[in-house]
Amino acid sequence: MVYVVIAFLWTAILLYVLLGGADFGAGIIELFTSKPNRARARKTMYEAIGPIWEANHMWLIIAIVILFVGFPKIYTTVSVYLHIPLVCMLLGIIARGTAFVFRNYDAVKDNMQKVYTSIFIYSSLVTPFFLGIIAASSVSGQIDLQAGDFLSAYVWSWLSWFSVSVGLFTVSICGYLAAIFIIGQTDNEADRALFIRKAKRCVFVVMFAGALVFIAAYAEHIPLGEWIFGHPLGIVAITTASISLIIMWFTIEKDKPAVLRLLAGFQVTMILFAATYTHFPNIVLLKHGEELSLLAHQGQAKTIDSLAYALLIGSLFILPALFYLIYVFQKKKPGLTEH
Amino acid sequence: MDDFLAARLQMAFSLGFHIVFACIGMVMPFFMTVAHFIWLKTKKAVYRDVTQAWSKGVAIFFATGAVSGTVLSFELGLLWPKFMEHAGPIFGMPFSLEGTAFFIEAIALGFYLYGWNKVNRWFHWATGVVVGVSGLVSGILVVAANSWMNSPSGFDYINGEYLNIDPIKAMFNEAWFSQSLHMCIAAFVSTGFAVAGVHALMILRGSNVPFHSKAFKIAAVFATVAACLQPISGDISAKDVAGRQPAKLAAMEAHFHTEKAAPLIIGGIPDTAAKEVKYAIKIPGLLSFMAHGDFNAEVTGLDKIPPQDQPPVSVTHYAFQIMVGLGMAMLGLAVLYFIALWKKKQWLDQKWLLMLFVVATPLGFLALEAGWTVTEVGRQPWIINGVMRTADAVTPMPGIRYSFYLFTAVYISLSVIVTFLLYRQIRMVGKLYDSGAQHQND
Repeated sequence: MVYVVIAFLWTAILLYVLLGGADFGAGIIELFTSKPNRARARKTMYEAIGPIWEANHMWLIIAIVILFVGFPKIYTTVSVYLHIPLVCMLLGIIARGTAFVFRNYDAVKDNMQKVYTSIFIYSSLVTPFFLGIIAASSVSGQIDLQAGDFLSAYVWSWLSWFSVSVGLFTVSICGYLAAIFIIGQTDNEADRALFIRKAKRCVFVVMFAGALVFIAAYAEHIPLGEWIFGHPLGIVAITTASISLIIMWFTIEKDKPAVLRLLAGFQVTMILFAATYTHFPNIVLLKHGEELSLLAHQGQAKTIDSLAYALLIGSLFILPALFYLIYVFQKKKPGLTEH
Repeated sequence: MDDFLAARLQMAFSLGFHIVFACIGMVMPFFMTVAHFIWLKTKKAVYRDVTQAWSKGVAIFFATGAVSGTVLSFELGLLWPKFMEHAGPIFGMPFSLEGTAFFIEAIALGFYLYGWNKVNRWFHWATGVVVGVSGLVSGILVVAANSWMNSPSGFDYINGEYLNIDPIKAMFNEAWFSQSLHMCIAAFVSTGFAVAGVHALMILRGSNVPFHSKAFKIAAVFATVAACLQPISGDISAKDVAGRQPAKLAAMEAHFHTEKAAPLIIGGIPDTAAKEVKYAIKIPGLLSFMAHGDFNAEVTGLDKIPPQDQPPVSVTHYAFQIMVGLGMAMLGLAVLYFIALWKKKQWLDQKWLLMLFVVATPLGFLALEAGWTVTEVGRQPWIINGVMRTADAVTPMPGIRYSFYLFTAVYISLSVIVTFLLYRQIRMVGKLYDSGAQHQND
């Protein structure tokens, strides 16, 4: 049963990266949209994410609950040593969620809109940045359980060039996902062209940030290359992701939003797969060669079993409802075409 | 400020903030769907206006409740890692189910808020009901987890190890029913009085009276019915606490000495050094009756509890007195309202009744926070009653006070902004929803 729970954990993280990521990306794209286009971009994105943004962020809660119920030692170790970036991420989550809702539900549209908007777009940037830092620090062997002083226990546990570059990479992935997603939501050619341009630029930013990650890993002696390319499956994952990126480059101009989304989703899935499977069942790598394993640190059998059943039963309710929600609000509105 | 106190205060502030938003988020959908139902049945536009106005409130409160709840799921580990390491696998069952309920709520809310004129109108209405029901289920589950801390079960604690874990038994611990019932009714009381009070004020000011009268009536009926049920649930809780946590009951009542035919102490100033309560009203035998159903029963006092295991008496006692006093005041107002509805219809048009509701606007939430203080402070010094001390659970990271200052600032600013938004929503009612006032039956 522990494998059922682990599969749910991985899926929840993946869906958070994909759906939550696209959601954060909407704010990031808004930040990097020039003033004249901003209002239009915002409207398109609001229509796309409005109904489902809350649901997108539920995946984070599901992942956290799985961790603290099923693998409490892993949850508490990360909570203690990555306290600071976790708090930064939480502040981002609070600021972003509330600013988004306040912006849409303030009955008076005045200068406060500017305040909400700037909180929304900057927290959309900060939150995935710290998510990336947390993810990177959990595998880069920076967490030192024997650390004696404050800095090495609670600051150097997460602050490094590698973590920062993974943070930037995460931000760029979010922007990329959002741009690809929104291409299919546009209702006129001008907007479509705008977001295609954005998506193409995002591809370059993602590749640049990806290169930074490798450089930082090399500089800080993290065997990232070996993790990813040291195993045939990793090479397969990265190669197929690259091929799909090339396919995407040639189909982006065609009006095939579903294909684009599938390709982008596939690429990110492969990146997450390549980044996690070599360590499996270890999920956190600590200093001095220690590690926290999902198998060695699982809860007692009865806990894992009941958690697995709760997740299986829960997904019977959640998934159909979620698909129907997405289906209802994704239907194109033919009457609204401006050209 | 030491870090342990800072961690406790940060947790208290986070929960105290979240509880308000969570309660409104789980109760307002019921008001909203009642108004929506009347609109679908009668086609009176004013009910559609009320529904839409309330749904905006739900959106604001749900989002704020959702992010503050997300923060809490992390804070448990950030502040109390030793607790979560052992408690997570035992009391995690309600949290994993709550994940589902909360998810369903978010999906249903998406349908509800964005579904006007997009989905079948009865399906649309039903998604509103789902929002309310799944919110209520979430609330019950979270309180079931909290009640496990008061009434730990579903494991054997042997030589410092937590063995033979049974998550289902832990979820259905002895306190889950009484605590969840009390909390759910409290949510209806506090949200009901707060909403009714705001609309009562607008009626008194003479703005958009048809709109606010309809809204007031729906909220007031929910609030007053719940206020009448709450004393019954309180009695169940009192008997439950007396049996399971005599130290908590003793602190609530500032009951220093074990005695038979124990008096109920109302008000007063507990003097912990002299072990007596000054200036209190004492009703002989009533505490024995309320705790054990017998006027002569013995009620355990603080003298039977070792000093290191005693909760802070003054805070628990004052909080309990505030909760009960406010509860009684709201019960009185509820009785007046029922008399007005059935016997004295002319009262409904008189200003004093509405004035009383305006005065009662914050009372429900004050009682709610006081009750929350009773259950949390009254459990101290334990985080898991009788098993783990709160002081042993706190994070080893120094400097928690800065995190406390930061989160306090965030929660205060959020409260200010939400209040400001609500003020603007209410002030704009006339402009946004004038259909009810002008064309009563369009």
